[in-house]
Amino acid sequence: MKINSVKIISLLFFVLSAFYLYTAHQIQVFAFDENAPFNAKTFPIYLGYAGMFFSGLKIVLPDQKPIEVDPKYLEFRKTILLVLTMIVYGATILKVGFFLSTSLFLVFSYYFLGERRWKYIIIFSFPFVAIFMYLLHGILAVYLRDPLLKYIGIMG
Amino acid sequence: MIEGILIGLKTALSFQNLMMVMIGCFAGTIIGMLPGLGPMTAIALMIPITYGFDPATGLILMAGVYYGAVFGGSTSSILINAPGVPGTVATSFDGYPMAQQGKAGKALAIAAYSSFAGGTISAIFLLIAAPSLSKVSLSFRSPDYFGLMILGLTAVAAFSSKGNFLKAMMMCVLGLMLASVGQDTLSDIPRFTFNTMNLSDGISFVLVVMATFAMSEALTIIIKGNDPSKAAKQISLTDLGSIKVNKEETKQMAATIPRSSILGFIVGVLPGAGATIASFLAYGMERNFVKSEEKEKFGKGSVQGLSAPETANNAACSGSFVPLLTLGIPGSGTTAVMLGALLGFGIQPGPRLYETNPDIFWSVIMSMYIGMVVLLILNLPLIPYIARILAVPRTFLIPMILFFSVTGIYLMSFNNFDIFLMIGIAVIATILRLYDFPMPPLILAFVLGGLMEENLRRSLLISDGSWSFLWDRPLTVCIMMTIFLIVCWQIYNSLKSIKKTEIL
Repeated sequence: MKINSVKIISLLFFVLSAFYLYTAHQIQVFAFDENAPFNAKTFPIYLGYAGMFFSGLKIVLPDQKPIEVDPKYLEFRKTILLVLTMIVYGATILKVGFFLSTSLFLVFSYYFLGERRWKYIIIFSFPFVAIFMYLLHGILAVYLRDPLLKYIGIMG
Repeated sequence: MIEGILIGLKTALSFQNLMMVMIGCFAGTIIGMLPGLGPMTAIALMIPITYGFDPATGLILMAGVYYGAVFGGSTSSILINAPGVPGTVATSFDGYPMAQQGKAGKALAIAAYSSFAGGTISAIFLLIAAPSLSKVSLSFRSPDYFGLMILGLTAVAAFSSKGNFLKAMMMCVLGLMLASVGQDTLSDIPRFTFNTMNLSDGISFVLVVMATFAMSEALTIIIKGNDPSKAAKQISLTDLGSIKVNKEETKQMAATIPRSSILGFIVGVLPGAGATIASFLAYGMERNFVKSEEKEKFGKGSVQGLSAPETANNAACSGSFVPLLTLGIPGSGTTAVMLGALLGFGIQPGPRLYETNPDIFWSVIMSMYIGMVVLLILNLPLIPYIARILAVPRTFLIPMILFFSVTGIYLMSFNNFDIFLMIGIAVIATILRLYDFPMPPLILAFVLGGLMEENLRRSLLISDGSWSFLWDRPLTVCIMMTIFLIVCWQIYNSLKSIKKTEIL
């Protein structure tokens, strides 16, 4: 049996299924439901076994078409930067407000992906978000929380 | 039925709904055209918007997006040989060579006419088949529904996995696991919530769809370093040539369209098969039907070679609505997304939908036809302009997709936790995609999870804990036999290819 990335993912899935099965057994059901043919933990228990069964087979059986992704051709740096930008965006959207956090998210994302034409970066961030907010908040009356714009007095 | 059609027409032809069909078709075409982004992504991005409308309008918008995205996918297949969706891969076999010969406009027109004809014919089939099947499906009981859901999952896993049945089954189980998070529907007992209130209502369907499709597709494009705009530069997007189709070509299409429509519709109705298989089957069938000199032209810009898969994939789209509307069981990933959206509206599709919400049932069917007309009238003349979107650099495209995904979730929950959870699921989905783990089975399982548990619960309670409900009724036995055959077929194929690998 050759170890490859798919086998490792399958092994992780096997562990996840085992953990899921263990957690399913820990679900507290009502006393009168304990011996019922079906209760809150019946289906998750079946799922845990099914997950272990399929991932176990994937680990044991030989691969038909082994897939190996060469890390040389993957753009990890850009992807990680983009994911981090999204996390910061998610963390600040409520506190800083929709307008500033979204505009900055777009500016940084364009930049991290290699865009250097500042004219377009600016046009497709601040004014774009302002128009989007106007459409959503002003026309479609969708509530958008923005403490910053509220503080400045632009939004009610 | 006439009364129903009139109700449907009245709803679908209201000004607001007509606008929604147009917007849906237009937005769908643009999103579907971008390589890597298919109808599921297009619909996923639209879901938060649809929740602002009534169910009929929301569903009409999504149906428009669906058709638009399929049409858009054909455009990128023909112009840059980069199918936006798997269902349009076969379109590129003859569409791209035609475009290379300087007949891009003609290829797009043939694709549009074939799509229109395929969609129209299958909409008529749907009109006839859906109400009849609705009546038949009223006799279905919980064990039959449970069996049908297993059949749907097995079939999707078998057909969407490209030879990786086990991977697809793992994705099904993962989808069901995600669906089991939250309070149990009957007893309200929290499950897998890890004592956090954020998970007590379960994981939002929109969150999972956005994370596994829109977001992870965007991340996959980045990590793989694909740039769709580079491919777009290979062919001139400003001069597509004439869109006129001559008499000879019309004659060739006239023979191809009816048979491909019938095939596409039947394949679309089958759970799991969908547009991809329909288009490949139609391409293969057409090749066998034509004369030997025409056969030589296949792969080099044949009119029939382009028309057949285009007709079939649109016919399959209509066909896939049959199990959704009549049984409440989606047959494909895209209809699974639509089922999730319907449940979000508080509507349970199924045999009773025909009686309880005739306006929704019929307006969706009628809007499909209107969608076809809109696609033909609106999109065909605009194609030379819309095609330029293919040249939008990914440096702008990807952040926009991520922005719409995050905003979609933010507007629904105003909660940081959901955004972080979505990013987490998207990262895992991206890694899984890199190693060819298919995502449609995950979504289908996630949507069906609750219904499956409910039907299994009812079946087991009725049979007092015995699994005999699986062979008590002839209908259930037939469904279980079909599942058994699909699994056997998959095992046989796997063993065959393992043997082949060993010999090599």
